[in-house]
Amino acid sequence: MTRLVQAAAPRAELLVRGARVLDPRAGLDGPHDVLVRAGHVAALGPPGSVAAPDGAEIVDAAGRHLLPGFVDPHVHLRTPGQEHKEDLETGTRAAAAGGFCAVVAMPNTDPLVDSAPVLGALFDLAGREARVPVGFLACVTRGQEGAQLTEMAELRELGALGFSDDGVPVTDAGTLRRALQYQRLCGGVLALHEEDPSLSGPGVMHEGAVSALLGVAGIPTVAESTMVARDCALARYEGGRIHIQHVSARGSVEALAAAKAAGVHVSAEVSPHHLTLTDEDVRTLDTRMKMFPPLVSEDGRRALVDALRDGTIDCVATDHAPHARDEKEVPFEQAPMGTTGLETAFAALYTELVLPGVLELALVVERLSAGAACLGLPLPRIARDEPANLCLVDLEAEWTVGESGYESRSENCCFGGRRLRGRVLLTVAAGTIAYRERSFALSAA
Amino acid sequence: MRHLLSIQDLEREDIERILDRALAFSEVSDRAIKKVPALRGRTVLNLFYEASTRTRSSFELAAKRLSADVVNFAASGSSVEKGESLKDTVLTLSAHSPDAIVIRTPYAGAAALVAGWTTAAIVNAGDGQHEHPTQALLDVFTLRQKLGGLDGRSIWIVGDVAHSRVARSNILAFQTMGAHVTVCGPPTLIPRDIGALGCEVRYTLDGLRDADVVYALRMQHERMRQAYLPSLREYAARYQINGRRLHPRQVLMHPGPVNRGVELSGEVVDSPQAVITMQVKAGVVVRMAVLFELLAGPRPGGVGATASLAREPQLA
Repeated sequence: MTRLVQAAAPRAELLVRGARVLDPRAGLDGPHDVLVRAGHVAALGPPGSVAAPDGAEIVDAAGRHLLPGFVDPHVHLRTPGQEHKEDLETGTRAAAAGGFCAVVAMPNTDPLVDSAPVLGALFDLAGREARVPVGFLACVTRGQEGAQLTEMAELRELGALGFSDDGVPVTDAGTLRRALQYQRLCGGVLALHEEDPSLSGPGVMHEGAVSALLGVAGIPTVAESTMVARDCALARYEGGRIHIQHVSARGSVEALAAAKAAGVHVSAEVSPHHLTLTDEDVRTLDTRMKMFPPLVSEDGRRALVDALRDGTIDCVATDHAPHARDEKEVPFEQAPMGTTGLETAFAALYTELVLPGVLELALVVERLSAGAACLGLPLPRIARDEPANLCLVDLEAEWTVGESGYESRSENCCFGGRRLRGRVLLTVAAGTIAYRERSFALSAA
Repeated sequence: MRHLLSIQDLEREDIERILDRALAFSEVSDRAIKKVPALRGRTVLNLFYEASTRTRSSFELAAKRLSADVVNFAASGSSVEKGESLKDTVLTLSAHSPDAIVIRTPYAGAAALVAGWTTAAIVNAGDGQHEHPTQALLDVFTLRQKLGGLDGRSIWIVGDVAHSRVARSNILAFQTMGAHVTVCGPPTLIPRDIGALGCEVRYTLDGLRDADVVYALRMQHERMRQAYLPSLREYAARYQINGRRLHPRQVLMHPGPVNRGVELSGEVVDSPQAVITMQVKAGVVVRMAVLFELLAGPRPGGVGATASLAREPQLA
């Protein structure tokens, strides 16, 4: 059983009029009216063809784009234990503000999600607090210690989508092999943080010319790519299903391409920051640019963009990793790894990759929700009788990241201060209105 | 100049101006009364998060010889040990309105970060393995005295380049002053892509003969434990600067403290080619010149100005 849970909210009755509907999966790219009712897309037709039922809200969306809601397979909502950084309410509010209609939370909380009682409590909490449906991964190993498997079957029964020790790698190949074997019993994808700690060592940024200049210990890209190759080989041998988290290295892309060509059941994600920023952005030692894996060279970044385009990398995941201000307001080497990303994912990709003509808008839209399939969730589709998962965006709107604050409790956004194009105006998640942009809500009222 | 954070912030003219003034100050150090009133009434705060005898006392002497008041704040025995953050410590100390804060930390970029939290002028006295700009200035000063200038000179920096802030600042400073720099050491202790700084990279001492200056770095015993090196014995066999390897024409430098018998043989330390004590002496006058550069004249923004932060605080 896989579960997505959200807080009870009224079902929207909403007619979105005249938006350009772009859903590559549904084969839609043109102006339509879309009626949301009883949790589903109740009607879809040419502009002017759909009548609003009595009492339904009408949104005049001419000139705007209506997209399938995004799905993020990798966020840190910090609950339980680190609610000063984020909680289920603020984290899912940030998700909704970014156009996400579902997110999957990582289990590296405090306590860890490595037992059924913790997972059960999270489902209860999400049922009261989550603005958009949330799914959970549980740990692969107890205490994320890399030795003993969690009670994977029980965790799956309770609704874990899969397993990850994200934050730390499953270093021991034998342990991962046992998890892959056990997967035959319980199912659920194994999502892997790929890092060989003997290679990453004390590193805090990408190893290259910038780290040499700064005198900051570097992490070589082979710390990731050798583990991707190893784990693809293990998955192939055991016939297991793995998902590679936050791919950052050209060598990893090559290992993935080879594994996919060999028929390995592997999928992969990449973050908006790895697609748009490089280690040059770390030059000033701005701690918002410190994350794992680190921002790599321009050559590596291009490899990631190409891999997302050709499908070697399946989807975009933000790895939204909130940290409190005082935790990040320290020297770079002392700062915790991570950047927030839910609220900026679409705009960053649209501004940095779509507008310059590097990637098609349709491809970016598809990849922003493809993470659902990687974790065994249904893909959002804009079609009659499908669950209503939508986001309305204004591609013309220009905004400065962080200027009017964040929905997230934390402000450690690597795009903070940048001018971006493309603003989410409205998010419908599982038939409920999860987000309205303030000025848009006022003008529409 | 508002702060001295990185040698990269200095043009050749800046370095020459500071070192010319240092030369003028060197006369003060030879007087019976080693003091001038240039910075009377100014307060210099030494904030050291790492053990340091030489650099700290050198800064202290420099400030005192300019008649500034000096307060030493060492991380041990302070609120830092009670878990106070760098920012809170700096804000607390800034409440005393120091004119300059000389700061050493084990973290790259910390001096620049601190510059955003206070109106005091910041002097970077070493930030992790990043930079040590006053060391580079005093080394250039010493070489100017010894050789006249650095233009066209070949300088070899030998040893643990990876973990050396001295190496990084000196590569940049020597090149700015017209020298050709070669770094040499075991491949495990030479950062990948260090060549991007413009220096040449060698893994053996072959060719050392061509150097005008040999700059040996301190080898930390810790590197053995971290398995960067098989043994100190093998390191010394391959990279020690000794009487056999050092040509009488060459100048020998070292940032101190020296491990005799490791990176340098005892004989070369005591040889006339070694300018190690000249470097120490240069340290005081160069730091006098740096403090004078930053503090003499009206303070930008006026005394106690709070609006003239060096840069926007992070995460604003």
